[in-house]
Amino acid sequence: MNLLEVTGLTTGYGSSTVVHGVDLHVAAHGVTALLGANGAGKTTVLRALSGFLRRQGQLVFDGHPLPSGSPSRVARAGIAHVPQGRGTLRQLTVRENLAVGGLLRRDREGVAQDMAHCEDLFPVLRARRGSQAGELSGGEQQMLAIGRAFMSRPKLLLLDEPSLGLAPRITQELFEMLPRLRQDWGLAVLVVEQNANLALAIADHAVVLEAGQVVLAGPAPDIAGHDDVRRAYLGD
Amino acid sequence: MLLFYQVLDGLVSGSIYAALALAIVLAYRATGVINFAQGQMAVFSAYLAWSLTTIGLPVWLAIAGALLLSVVVGAFLERVVMRRFESAEPLVGIVVSIGLFISVNGLVSLIWGTSLTQFPAVFPAGSIELGDVGITYVALGTVVVLLLVIAALQLLFMRTRLGLGFRAVAVNPESSSLSGLPVGLLLMTGWGLAAALGALAGTLVAPALYLQPGMMDMVLIYALAAAVLGGLDSPFGAVVAAWLIGVVENLAGTFIPAIGNDLKIAVPLVLMCLVLFFRPQGLFGRVEVERV
Repeated sequence: MNLLEVTGLTTGYGSSTVVHGVDLHVAAHGVTALLGANGAGKTTVLRALSGFLRRQGQLVFDGHPLPSGSPSRVARAGIAHVPQGRGTLRQLTVRENLAVGGLLRRDREGVAQDMAHCEDLFPVLRARRGSQAGELSGGEQQMLAIGRAFMSRPKLLLLDEPSLGLAPRITQELFEMLPRLRQDWGLAVLVVEQNANLALAIADHAVVLEAGQVVLAGPAPDIAGHDDVRRAYLGD
Repeated sequence: MLLFYQVLDGLVSGSIYAALALAIVLAYRATGVINFAQGQMAVFSAYLAWSLTTIGLPVWLAIAGALLLSVVVGAFLERVVMRRFESAEPLVGIVVSIGLFISVNGLVSLIWGTSLTQFPAVFPAGSIELGDVGITYVALGTVVVLLLVIAALQLLFMRTRLGLGFRAVAVNPESSSLSGLPVGLLLMTGWGLAAALGALAGTLVAPALYLQPGMMDMVLIYALAAAVLGGLDSPFGAVVAAWLIGVVENLAGTFIPAIGNDLKIAVPLVLMCLVLFFRPQGLFGRVEVERV
């Protein structure tokens, strides 16, 4: 049973089409890695999913058609998108950023519990709860962005280049944490990552994009062992 | 004793500037546009209140009604007019708001005419005696109303979920939408609240000034100076700056003969230039911190 089923996604910016008929899926509680070179259309796929771009194709999420045209509605349907760079509200405090993530939830106790959980997971967020988000380092902001995404209790997490601009050690920590988050929170992940090794290590399914089209898709271990992929993206 | 009364007078006019400055800050924080039409919208609201009194409503009820209607008008203007320009360059928003200023001015003249209209007193005449000083009810009432507004805004922004939503959208609308916040609705509400604050300024000042289409022009200049002086994103700063402007202007007009009544409007503007020269972010504005 797939949580997200995308068939024939075509999208782009204005009149220029960047993504041509992409099929992909994310299994319930699964991790799908979306790979490809710079400019292959990975970020565009995520932005189309979360409603920022006009799109064509069939998108079914959790058994229902995915709302289009409104990022707010997509978020409320249960998809949390951590955009490239730093998805934080810079002038708000760390605590307030997390609170914004849970702002639309009605279960106050659940929100408080999840906030405590987030701070257990990323202790630095507790230590710096009163600081402005803009004062945090890049890695800390990435953790805050992910924490904020969790606060909405999503079913699916879209992660766009979580390693971008992070020190390798912090990236490593972050990726080691993801499987644990998946267990703890029971969510599925669609991760876009230039560093294919990292992504394939935690993914169970992978899709390779080239010039806006799927050139390869399958179980992550198969993709990781594929000669073309190793040559093109894994630096062999 | 003259000094005391001049300071008090300054605080009272400063409170009016502060109400409009708060409106400007609120609209700016919500949508990133400095709304030059804020004063003219306040005039519109004051006329609305006056119209409600002419159909027999007591003045306080009429003002309350005008505040509510102003929320609707503000939200409407944001949704229908400003929304198209919020993502454009800031200058475009400013030009549009100036266009709005002229349009609302025309609309007010069209509906209510341009002759002076007496607005009923909001506070009773007379004064309260404290020892050998007398403070008029108008002065006391104006300052107290403003203090209540500040307290209410502070509670709204810092203690409620709605307030957190406002602030999140003001910081980054796109990022807020990723948390599911209804961005458009929050922007509309922000402008609606700003319009209500402006309406409060308009109705507080109307009994002293008489209603006329240009009655808030001066107040707008002071309020803009206060908003910029205090730091455009700081409600607290706007209020302190507005009081400062009211007091300094009054004292300079009274005690420096070379300035007198005619030149005193220049005082806040000179003050504003001086402050911005040394602190471009305003007295209380925050410099955005960034770590790369």
